[in-house]
Amino acid sequence: MIDAPEALKVYECDALTARRCPPLAAVLPRSTAEVAAALKLCHAEGVPVVPRGSGTSLAGGATPTGDAVILGVARMNRVLEVNTADRYIRVEAGRTNLSVSAAVEAEGFFYAPDPSSQLACAIAGNIAMNSGGAHCLKYGVTTNNLLGVTMVLMDGTIVELGGPWSDGPGLDLLGVVCGSEGQLGVVTEATLRILPKSEGARPVLIGFASNEAAGACVADIIRAGVLPVAIEFMDRPCITACESFAKAGYPDCEALLIVEVEGSAAEIAQQLGLILQVARRHDPVAVRESGSEDESARIWKGRKAAFGAMGQLGDYICLDGTIPVSALPQVLGRIGALSRDYGLDVANVFHAGDGNMHPLILYDANRPGDLERAEALGAAILRACVEAGGCLTGEHGVGIEKRDLMTVQFAPEDLEAQMRVKDVFDPAWLLNPAKVFPLAVSAPRRKRQAAA
Amino acid sequence: MNARGRQPRDPGRSVWNDEVQDVRAEVRDEQDLAEAVRGARGPLRIAGGGTRGGGRAGDPVACLSVAGLSGVVLYEPGALTLVVRAGTPLAEVEAALAGQGQRLPFEPPDFRALLGVWGVSTIGGVAAANAAGPRRVTAGAARDAMLGVRFVDGTGAIVKNGGRVMKNVTGYDLVKLMAGSRGRLGVITEVALKVLPAPEAQATLVLSGLDAGRAVAAMARALGTPYEVSGAAHVPGEGTYLRVEGFAEQVAYRTARLRALFGGEVVSGAGPWAAIRDVAAFAGRAGDVWRVHVKPSDAPAVVARAGADGAVLDWGGGLVWLLTAPGTDLRSRLAGIPGPAERVRATDPGDGIPALPPEAPAVARLTAGLRAAFDPRGVFAG
Repeated sequence: MIDAPEALKVYECDALTARRCPPLAAVLPRSTAEVAAALKLCHAEGVPVVPRGSGTSLAGGATPTGDAVILGVARMNRVLEVNTADRYIRVEAGRTNLSVSAAVEAEGFFYAPDPSSQLACAIAGNIAMNSGGAHCLKYGVTTNNLLGVTMVLMDGTIVELGGPWSDGPGLDLLGVVCGSEGQLGVVTEATLRILPKSEGARPVLIGFASNEAAGACVADIIRAGVLPVAIEFMDRPCITACESFAKAGYPDCEALLIVEVEGSAAEIAQQLGLILQVARRHDPVAVRESGSEDESARIWKGRKAAFGAMGQLGDYICLDGTIPVSALPQVLGRIGALSRDYGLDVANVFHAGDGNMHPLILYDANRPGDLERAEALGAAILRACVEAGGCLTGEHGVGIEKRDLMTVQFAPEDLEAQMRVKDVFDPAWLLNPAKVFPLAVSAPRRKRQAAA
Repeated sequence: MNARGRQPRDPGRSVWNDEVQDVRAEVRDEQDLAEAVRGARGPLRIAGGGTRGGGRAGDPVACLSVAGLSGVVLYEPGALTLVVRAGTPLAEVEAALAGQGQRLPFEPPDFRALLGVWGVSTIGGVAAANAAGPRRVTAGAARDAMLGVRFVDGTGAIVKNGGRVMKNVTGYDLVKLMAGSRGRLGVITEVALKVLPAPEAQATLVLSGLDAGRAVAAMARALGTPYEVSGAAHVPGEGTYLRVEGFAEQVAYRTARLRALFGGEVVSGAGPWAAIRDVAAFAGRAGDVWRVHVKPSDAPAVVARAGADGAVLDWGGGLVWLLTAPGTDLRSRLAGIPGPAERVRATDPGDGIPALPPEAPAVARLTAGLRAAFDPRGVFAG
């Protein structure tokens, strides 16, 4: 347990660094039994608990409140079992995402969800947020690759949900736990599906004269029956910034797509042939194919440097709304108009195949009022995503960052149904209680507890 | 378990008018349904396409037909998205998708012949049963394709969750909770689904002469290759089947690679998969039918210990179908092998063997708590 004020500084925020608050204390258990003991004690004392994986949440999922204990699972990071015949791995939940794949790489397998923070982020947080990544179009997100968990409820009860098999006749409790942002229980162990690695992968880069052309091309590629593993989209502001930062030699154009396919050399050639055939109908201004590993790496270079390049330009807020792929051009137009209205630049880089946008709002943290203006612009963009038939968050989660926007997407009955689930798992509303739901909406339930 | 299917054995008859005497109301829309649930004075039986088989003569339970909640709300092939009302017949959904060269990823089975029931499968039934066929191994089950739901809970509230986009982590995932909930929490009124392009070609590698142990090992090896095997099944005494799908050249390449590993014969086209999906081998045969979910490498032990009259292994061994003598207490025979065993067809449902496996006390408490929270009056308990 950690309770010295200087040592607690580490835990006062996650990757949403704009919000900070030191917790009461932090505990770092080493086993499911220790997690159960800690939760039981906090439950008895009526102390709120904020679970924490690696603290990489961009939404404030692990941001403490002053009255809460941080329960970090980072010390629980062992591999418990590898079973390639049955295609699963069982790990302690503090293990990092990338090190799960690393544990099965020698056998030719990998764990599919690949959030950008995969070097640092923990499986516990991936499960809490139902994390995605760049390859979801083909392989799905965390919930599609999670077979079972060991979880501790707020009162200290240990439950096993799912296991190394698929489906069953009971209610899909595992499905509702995944993505519940640490509000239903603390996951201590996870059984994860692993997949055989493909024979190879190769990208192609295609530049377009307009966002509309690039957006229409995405829809046509999907309609053609090809299922690429990734379709990444960058708009002009993003291309320009990446070019000056990473010098990847990207074409000078309004929008570009990087499309990657997998398979044997012949399979790749066939799929890329089809994709280029589709792309040519949209008058591409540039096409760059890859003939080697080195050329592939150069195609990805600018995209992978995008966030770093943005960081060079100043401070930014990274949004995460998802929209129907068909609404891409329209929503990009709307974002451009909002950007002009608020007087802040917005660059777009995102997973186009599944409509998961990542508009980056550039601002200056040292200029008074800029952060507030950027947050207001962010809220306006997310409203536009919902209006276009999309949602507030595709893979980052609600946390504290977007909780007040929940009423934009959900009616009161929708939120009530979700909160009733929490009532069942955590009747006292002690587990990460200030997240996900607008504070005013969850207040009666949280106060009921405080009064008890 | 709900049964599903696309070709009614007797399409001219409506099960609700002829066989079930307790139809009280047919709801026209979601609002109508919500009012009916709010006004219910006792348990309600919810009927979609009538494949569930229930509804005995003199049954006191009132029946609500939601077959009227039908039709495609939105279909965007370029976004791989379909939104459809729950009462829409599965056949209609599949025809609409086929018209655009697409399909449901999870290959929903037709269990009507297996279970000896009539009626028309609806997409709501498919969702509520979390249906999945052989393609479960690569494409997942209905839950994995479901992007959003609308439902009416036991208080008569209309609730929406999820949406129509591929990635969505906004709030709790009640879509998964409703998938496979079998009507225990509410009535699904609308489903948004991720669909996929239908492949240009498919082929099956047939291996002969393997016992369950060697068949499961071969299937595990095949599913561990990069050749995207989209079906791996074993029917004892008949054969072991490995399916690949994709572009024609791709299928030719992959079957050649698999054949180099395992030998066997290549059959192009649809192959035996509809029969495996529907467990056709047990249809019309006497006995109880069990569905056992295990880790694939446990499947040979399941077959050995079950002493069954028939077995079909799907999902590389992860799903074992067994035909047992009436009243066999399969769970005690399989004691020590982890994974749920469900009896989906009972010769005598009153023989004291529960259809559903027991749940651990903590899980049972959560399940009961959720049922009480979504259906406090027990409207859907019938």
